[in-house]
Amino acid sequence: MLFDDPVFASRLLTLLTLSFHIIYATIGVGVPLMIMIAQWVGIKKNDMHYMLMARRWAKGFVVTVAVGVVTGTAIGLQLSLLWPNFMELAGNIIALPLFMEVFAFFFEAIFLGIYLYTWDRFDNPRKHLLLLIPVALGGGMSAVFITIVNAFMNAPAGFDIMNGQLVNANPIAAMFTAAMPTKVSHVLATAYMTVAFMLAAIAAFRLLKGSKHEYHKKALFMTMKIGLIFSIATVLIGDLSGKYLAEYQPEKLAAAEWHFETEEAAPLILYGMLDENQEVNYALQIPFGLSILAHGYPNAEVIGLDQFPAEEQPPLIIHYYFDLMVTIGMFMLALSFVYWVGAKRGWSFVKTAWYRSLIVLGGPLSFLGIEAGWWMAEVGRQPWILRGIMTVDQAATSSDYVGHMFILFVGLYFVLGVGTVVVLRRMFKNDPIEKALAKQQGGDSE
Amino acid sequence: MSLEVLGISVLWLFLFGYVIVGSIDYGAGFFNAQSIITGKQHILSKIIQRYLSPVWEVTNVFFVFFFVGIVGFFPQSAYYFGTILLIPGSIALVLLAIRGSYYAFESYGARGHKGYAFMYGASGLLIPASLSIVLTISEGGFVSIVNDNPVLDYAALFTSPLTWSIVALSIVAVLYISAVFLTWYAYKTGDTKATDLMRKYALGWALPLIITASGIVYELSSHNEAHFERIMDLWWMFALSFILWFATVWLIWKRRNYGMAFWLLVGQFAMAFFAYGVSHYPYLLYPHLTIYEGFTNTAMAISLVFVFILGLALLLPSLYLLLRLFLFDKNYVQGIKNKKE
Repeated sequence: MLFDDPVFASRLLTLLTLSFHIIYATIGVGVPLMIMIAQWVGIKKNDMHYMLMARRWAKGFVVTVAVGVVTGTAIGLQLSLLWPNFMELAGNIIALPLFMEVFAFFFEAIFLGIYLYTWDRFDNPRKHLLLLIPVALGGGMSAVFITIVNAFMNAPAGFDIMNGQLVNANPIAAMFTAAMPTKVSHVLATAYMTVAFMLAAIAAFRLLKGSKHEYHKKALFMTMKIGLIFSIATVLIGDLSGKYLAEYQPEKLAAAEWHFETEEAAPLILYGMLDENQEVNYALQIPFGLSILAHGYPNAEVIGLDQFPAEEQPPLIIHYYFDLMVTIGMFMLALSFVYWVGAKRGWSFVKTAWYRSLIVLGGPLSFLGIEAGWWMAEVGRQPWILRGIMTVDQAATSSDYVGHMFILFVGLYFVLGVGTVVVLRRMFKNDPIEKALAKQQGGDSE
Repeated sequence: MSLEVLGISVLWLFLFGYVIVGSIDYGAGFFNAQSIITGKQHILSKIIQRYLSPVWEVTNVFFVFFFVGIVGFFPQSAYYFGTILLIPGSIALVLLAIRGSYYAFESYGARGHKGYAFMYGASGLLIPASLSIVLTISEGGFVSIVNDNPVLDYAALFTSPLTWSIVALSIVAVLYISAVFLTWYAYKTGDTKATDLMRKYALGWALPLIITASGIVYELSSHNEAHFERIMDLWWMFALSFILWFATVWLIWKRRNYGMAFWLLVGQFAMAFFAYGVSHYPYLLYPHLTIYEGFTNTAMAISLVFVFILGLALLLPSLYLLLRLFLFDKNYVQGIKNKKE
């Protein structure tokens, strides 16, 4: 099937590229903000540890940026290679944010280059800090613009179709669709949250490995606090996203919730399994939960899958992705909240090995949460590539060999993934913080 | 000037930017590998690293800018070229990915690995070759419409002498542009050994450049006669380009004013590149797609131009800052007070 059906192979290859790319893209959006905060705190407190934190994060960041850039280039070109019919239509309406994304990326690339190679060129560290503002801004803005494109695919607007022809194109209206505010803010908040927990996991890992250094404790506390703030934001925006779905994309919400029949006072189904008769087993039901999530009051009517023809219903598998995403989000919120309160009040268990192991686990978990969220959002708009207008079957390329290209890219991402891990490990294993600090204090700043 | 012509001119300008900065980058990788294999690494590697470090990411953006821009201004090109280019496009992507990530991996992880350096150098020649196939295809004769979908005839493509002439030119041009630039850059660092070596390479690649470029014009005369005639109408632009080439070579030969030599080279390629582009007008893909058929709606075109002007207002000062801090900063190029990070 992979080698015969270009539609199926195109879907798989896009899934593969995006799933791989968002790991690096998330890091690319989040890390500059963390570096900025660390450097700012370092200057304000006149604390060398934070300055060093910024520097070490930046060092590792370069490696992930490189892979993020090349995989981003890959998906950018693959859009046209795999979905030429879609790009031909969408290019007429949604090219503007794509174009703006490149500018944001350009801006970020220039200042990142300057930032990384001017560590020793400014006498005043504040000037060097200023260079990070365009980097963080560029990273954030490229996420905003590319998410606008995705929001458009979920809620197309800004044009009319008359006799199969596209008319009245309005590029600005296409950018500010109904899906745009919740999508953009959710993407940004989760990226910052995930990166904060990733950096927290690294610090916790070092402490677990026996380092007793103040540096790691400071890093852990700071990143957990940032993570906590952004996970609260994520939950709030997630709730708004549910309300958006109920209003504009009820079939996605219904599929994610296994909500088959339209009803009032709908319960929220958590977990569970679906058997072959489409019966839900082993599920946890929260009464009124879905009505509250969808409309904000317990007796609201929630549209079920019965309102949609079978060929327009999204796959029911997205329920598992939804559960995974929400569970991880809630777990990380609780974990960071308890840690923060515990650290303030001096509860000793937050410093134990088992609690730190949970924090280490939280890093990869957060990335899994990001993946699950994207899978839910993307699989949840099947069978459409442009909801209500064009299906993925109509959009895919007609050329052969897409399946072979899939194999080619599996190989590429394997090499890139392994390369990242090996290089990052080598970089930091041979240069632990104790050594780096000794060098710094010895007057030799590398 | 109509919006269509404005759009394609802007994109052509960015493609030209990519040709220049990309060539420097690809050629640098090749010379780096060559210097390792011939045991002259100590002469060149430091200079190449110092130049590449802050700019490799920016180079890549020129390329992204071009293909995002062409889909924006000419959405139909996504349909035609997207369908045809699946395999060459994917291969170019894999090469670009290996190369882009390799640079970061190498400079931070496994410095000085010979096998890597060799691959890095080889990919620098393979990428221009795989990308330049698009130019061959756009000349027409390789694409037929089957069941309403464009299909590429690979056998015809790979047996056409035109294909191989363009591949040869792209490789030679990469090496020549890069060598001239690095001669200048090495000269600015005050490193006479590196300057002499790069000067030798620059002179060595100058003649093959003119031979391969003339070869293409000859191939076109039999492949696409209409295009060939339009090229002949623009003979004066190619003549000017030739004079600039001659002036560059002369300056380098005389060891005089390498900076001027590089800018003359930019002028030479600009002339040839734009003359080629103008002569191709109005076709994007001969004879299936012209810039008028493939153009986007007016509202989108105006907003793209508007964003483009705003974007340039942001980019040009930033690029200037980048160049000031690295390329034209005396201390940085000479490696003073800049410890490697």
